[in-house]
Amino acid sequence: MTAPIIVQDLSMAYGSRLIQQGLNFEIQRGEIFVIMGGSGCGKSTLLRHLIGLQTPAGGRVLIQGQDFWAADDAARQALQRQFGVLFQSGALWSSMTLNENVSLIIEQHKPGLSPATIAELAAFKLALVGLRGFDDYYPSEISGGMKKRAGLARALAMDPQILFIDEPSAGLDPISSKNLDDLILELRDSLGATVVMVTHELASIFAIADRAVFLDAETKTMRALGSPQELLLHGDAQLRNFLSRGQAKALTEEKTHE
Amino acid sequence: MRRFHVLPDSPPASSAQPGQRWVFEGSWCLNEGLPAVADLLGQASPLPASPAKIALDASAVSTWDSGFAMLLNRLILQLQGQGAQLDLSALPQGLRRLLQLAQLGQPPEPQSRAKPGAVQKLGEATLKLWADMQAFARFIGELLLAGLQSLGGRGSFRSRDFWAVVEQVGPQALGIVSLISFLVGLILAYMGAAQLALFGAQIYIADLVSIGMVREIGALMTGIVIAGRSGAAFAAQLGTMQVNEEIDAYRTAGLAPMQFLVLPRVLALLCMTPLLTIYSSVMGILAGALVVVLVFGLDATAYFHQTLEVLTLTDFWVGLLKGGVYGAMVGLSGCLRGMQCGRSAQAVGDAATSAVVTGILLIVVTASMLTIMFYKLGI
Repeated sequence: MTAPIIVQDLSMAYGSRLIQQGLNFEIQRGEIFVIMGGSGCGKSTLLRHLIGLQTPAGGRVLIQGQDFWAADDAARQALQRQFGVLFQSGALWSSMTLNENVSLIIEQHKPGLSPATIAELAAFKLALVGLRGFDDYYPSEISGGMKKRAGLARALAMDPQILFIDEPSAGLDPISSKNLDDLILELRDSLGATVVMVTHELASIFAIADRAVFLDAETKTMRALGSPQELLLHGDAQLRNFLSRGQAKALTEEKTHE
Repeated sequence: MRRFHVLPDSPPASSAQPGQRWVFEGSWCLNEGLPAVADLLGQASPLPASPAKIALDASAVSTWDSGFAMLLNRLILQLQGQGAQLDLSALPQGLRRLLQLAQLGQPPEPQSRAKPGAVQKLGEATLKLWADMQAFARFIGELLLAGLQSLGGRGSFRSRDFWAVVEQVGPQALGIVSLISFLVGLILAYMGAAQLALFGAQIYIADLVSIGMVREIGALMTGIVIAGRSGAAFAAQLGTMQVNEEIDAYRTAGLAPMQFLVLPRVLALLCMTPLLTIYSSVMGILAGALVVVLVFGLDATAYFHQTLEVLTLTDFWVGLLKGGVYGAMVGLSGCLRGMQCGRSAQAVGDAATSAVVTGILLIVVTASMLTIMFYKLGI
C-alpha cells in the first residue's frame, strides 16, 4: 500500500520570495507525523500546501497516490473529503452552535441522513473530544482550549483518514496542551487515522510524534527527518540548536513547576 | 452484508444467571444505513431477567465508522439505564476506546434559553435604547475631551492617519457622489418642469433645482452616500481592530483609542462632507441645466443667470452647515459601533450594519430638526 502522503521535491514561495525548497518525505499510514521548526520557517505554509489551500511553486504532493495539484477539481475535492483539518485558532464558525459547526459538514457530505441522526452524530463527535452536553453553546461562550477541542470534533466529522493539525498547543496552558496531545493520540489509536501536525513545542513532539521533519528558515530546506530519538542524535547544527534551546526551556519550566 | 443476532451465552460455572451474546457481523457504516436502537432491542427481546447479562460481540465486524460507534454508545446507555450488566470485551479495541472517550468529560450546567415574553422584550428593548443613548452621549463627551487634549498639545493622532482617512472619505467618494447628485438633480428638474410647464414658467426650474440642491438635497445625498461608504468602513475597520486586540494594545500602551483612532476619522468627515456637499450641489445644478437646455429648449445662460439671481449666501451656509452636521453624525455612529464591536466575525458584520442604520437615522432626524428650525427662524 502506498503512503497516504508523499511529498516530492516540493518548493514553496510567496510570489518571488522562496520559503522552502527540496522537500522530500513520505508520511506513513497511521503515524503521527510532526512538521517542526522555528517561527517563520514555513511550517504552516507546508501544511497549507498539503491540504490544498496553496499551490506549490514546484514539485509534487501525492495524496493516496494521486498527484493532488495535477488532479481536476472533482478529484481534488474527493481527496479533501478524506481530510480533517484543525486550524490554529479552531476557526469555528461563530454564527453557529458547536453542534451546528459539526453537523453542517455531515449534512453536506452525507445527504441521506435524517436531521436527528446528524445532530446525534455531531453530539457524539463532541462527546469524543470531551464536550458532552456543550452542543447548544456558541464559540464565543467557551474557552480557548474548548474551541480547539470543538475544532477537532469538526475535523472528525467525516471520519477522516488524514487529520491535519496546525499548532495544537498555541495559546493553551501546558495542562490543556498536554490533554489535547493525549486526546490526539487516543483518537489516532482508536480511529486509525494518519495525523500530520505542525508544532514547535518539543514537549508535544516527544510525547506523541512517531516521526518528524525539521525545517530551517535560513537554509530554506529540510535538515532532518526521523523519529524524535533519531533527531536527538542527529548531527545537524541547526537542529541541535533548536532542540537544546527547547530543552533548556522545558527544563526551566519543570523547575518552576517544582 | 450487515447481520445482527442474539445467542444465549453459556454462563460461567460460578453464576447461575444465563446471559445473552449480541453478535454484530459484516459492515456497519452510516452510508449503508444503520438500524435504530429500538429495532435491535426488539430483536433481542425478551431481555433476560434483571440484572440482565449481555455481551456485545463485534469481533466479526469487517468495517465500521463513527456511525456504528454512535449506535453502540446509545445502545449501551439505554441498556445501562435498564440496569443491564454489559460485557464489552468482544468489541474491537479502537471501538472500545472510542466509547470510553465519549463517556468522559463533564456536561455543563444546563443553560436557560427560555424565550422571553412580549413584555420582557419591550422592556429589554427600552433599556437597550436608553443604554445606547447614554453610550452615544458618553462617546461624544469622550471625543470632545480627546479633541481638547489634542488641541492642548497633550498627545495627538498621527497626521498621516488623518490624511489617509481624508483621502478615503473625500476624493475617493467623488465618483459615487457625482453620479447620485447628477441623477437626483435630473429628477428634481423633471419633476419641477412637469408642473411649471403648465403655466409656461420653465425658467423657475432653476430656482427649484438650485435652492433644493444647495439647501437640502446636496447635503442629504452626500450624507447618505457617506453613511453607506465611510460609516460602514469605519465600523468594520475598528471592529476588526477590536477582534485582533489592536484597540486593547492602544489602551495598554497608554494611548487613548479615542485620540488615535476616532478623532482623525470624525475630523476627516467633518472637513470633507461640507466640501462634498458643495460638489454635490454643483453636480445637481449642472444636471438641471442639461434638462432645461436639451429637453425644454431654454437658454443655458438664462438658467445660470436665474440660478445666481435666486441663490443667496445664506442658502450656501445652510447647506454647508447641514453637510458638516451629517458628516459628524456618520463619523460618530461609525466609530461608536466599531468601538462597541464584539470579538467575532458576526459582530463585525453587525457593527457595520448598525453603523449605516444609525448613521442614516441620525441624518434624517437632524435633517428634519434643522429644516424646521431654519423655517421658524426665517433663515
